[in-house]
Amino acid sequence: MSLKPTVQLKNVTKIIGKKTIIDNISFEIYPGEVFGFLGPNGAGKTTTIRMLVGLIKPTSGKINICGFDVRKQFVQAMQRLGSIVENPELYKYLSGRENLQIFARMLPDVDEERIQEVIDLVDLTARIDDQVRTYSLGMRQRLGIAQALLGRPDVLILDEPTNGLDPMGIKALRTFIRKLVDDTGLSVLVSSHILSEIELLADRVAIMSHGKIVKVGSVSDLVGALSSGVDWRVSDSFRALAIFKESPYVQAAELYDDHTIHTLMDEGRTSILNEALMKAGIEVWTIERKVQTLEDLFISLTGGDHIV
Amino acid sequence: MSNPNMIGLIHNEVMKIASKKRLAVVIVILVILVSMFTYAQYREIQEKIEKQGTLDWRVELQQEIVDRQNRLASSGIQDEFRQFLEFDLKQKQYYLDNDINPNYPGAPTFIRIFFSQGITLVLPLFIIIIMADIVSGEYNDGTIKTLLSRPVKRWKILMAKWLTVLLYTSMLMAATVIVCYGVSGIVLGYDGWTAPILTGFQASASGEFSTEYIHTLPMWEYLLMSVGLAWVVTAVVGTISIMISVLVKNTATGIGAMMAVLIAGTLLSSIGSSWTSSKYLVNLNFDLINYLEGQAPPIEGMSLPFSLTILGIWAAACLAVAFWNFTQKDMY
Repeated sequence: MSLKPTVQLKNVTKIIGKKTIIDNISFEIYPGEVFGFLGPNGAGKTTTIRMLVGLIKPTSGKINICGFDVRKQFVQAMQRLGSIVENPELYKYLSGRENLQIFARMLPDVDEERIQEVIDLVDLTARIDDQVRTYSLGMRQRLGIAQALLGRPDVLILDEPTNGLDPMGIKALRTFIRKLVDDTGLSVLVSSHILSEIELLADRVAIMSHGKIVKVGSVSDLVGALSSGVDWRVSDSFRALAIFKESPYVQAAELYDDHTIHTLMDEGRTSILNEALMKAGIEVWTIERKVQTLEDLFISLTGGDHIV
Repeated sequence: MSNPNMIGLIHNEVMKIASKKRLAVVIVILVILVSMFTYAQYREIQEKIEKQGTLDWRVELQQEIVDRQNRLASSGIQDEFRQFLEFDLKQKQYYLDNDINPNYPGAPTFIRIFFSQGITLVLPLFIIIIMADIVSGEYNDGTIKTLLSRPVKRWKILMAKWLTVLLYTSMLMAATVIVCYGVSGIVLGYDGWTAPILTGFQASASGEFSTEYIHTLPMWEYLLMSVGLAWVVTAVVGTISIMISVLVKNTATGIGAMMAVLIAGTLLSSIGSSWTSSKYLVNLNFDLINYLEGQAPPIEGMSLPFSLTILGIWAAACLAVAFWNFTQKDMY
């Protein structure tokens, strides 16, 4: 991509006490993309996000937001960034509008008109003058997003935005984020421990485990790379295995039981292999393309960390 | 750039505090307290009229002097208390000799006594009620994360909070004067602003009593000084509580710690005169109006400039710790 990154992490490490919480991570996010940040609880997603928004100082490494160093040019960096860290933490004893007014006073050039604009954008007009304590979680989430969008940021950070939302709410949020990105061309960083969400929402994904980024790539690439698994059910899997191992089209073959072999192979060559098996006198009962999910990749990358 | 500016940040803090209605709670407490004290005073006056037949302050003062003399004559009173009684006796005698009523009846005198009694405990307590959660509340609600990821430097946010403490200290002083005047005046009458009052008694813990610098002031001027000194003490307590609020991050613990500071001060100043270095403790220097009244200080060597300096140093130190901690710490 030729565009300049809006978020840039370079060799960021955070050590608390003797524990390395974040271990030398680097990634970039570009304008107009939704970047998924995937990992189990405790992998270091929230710590990374807190470093991004200046709540925590990295032990070493650099973080830039639109070219501004978060440590040295905190104010300029934060003017280009809107965020919800963990839950949408707002003043429950104030109304939604008062909350927005408070955060508007901490930003340059945000007037009442802009406040009304974001209220309309997140569709909270009807309840905006009620106390936030009376809001449902979904409404708080929307108010949090309104707050994050007040200053017309170039980067929007949403930490676990679907926590506590019902399926309808999750779908609405997804549509909202997609539309926002398409309309304004901002970058969105979404963290989640739920794969299916990220798979549906993000353009690119960073997979995090034990404080490290184990993989970064576009969702289609990651899923595409995985979809070439083929399962074979044959009369004699031991002899079939030998044939698979010799074939140049098979990257990996694994014996599952007497009759089943899992392979990773070029799907286009299935018939050639089928023929080879028949010639060797092995009956082929079923050939099944096994669609692997990001979850399989995740488990293979992180060594079986628990995810949902 | 008009935003974000300090006035806007203070506006935010005021909005948060105002919606919690803390000042209203404090005013309600004030009204209740002042009503009770006023009624007590009213009963006292009634009783005196019954006993003495008249309400002549000279007779009353003479009686009190005789009472002090009797108590001084009795054996078995502690040295410190003896000293206190001696000073008190001399002061009362001085008032009587100069034909000045030390307790001119009226709401202004009530204000004077209320501030004199309230400066060490009640007024600081009120500021704690209003302000104790100004930082820790943000931790408790989690809003600190939203607050500190906005494009405003952390020191500015804390500065706004501290200036808000000073603002509310001023409002508290004004509210106290207004409530005292309004409520006590119903019974005691509203005049007495220009009644003379003596100040400049010089008393030292070593037992000297000097009348060299005594002069009379009109009541309103004396009250202005009292309120000013109470403002200083309350602002210092507010500053300490902001530091504790930054450090402990838990409102209940913070209030507990501040209460301990206040109560320990009251206790120490009544028992601690042989521990002379305790005069450097902040909570032993809260009774500033004491100097105005010319009572003996709790510990030898204490004076108004000394106490003001100590309070100033403590406030500056607390601010330094609060700012350093607030701007440097990782927020989880």
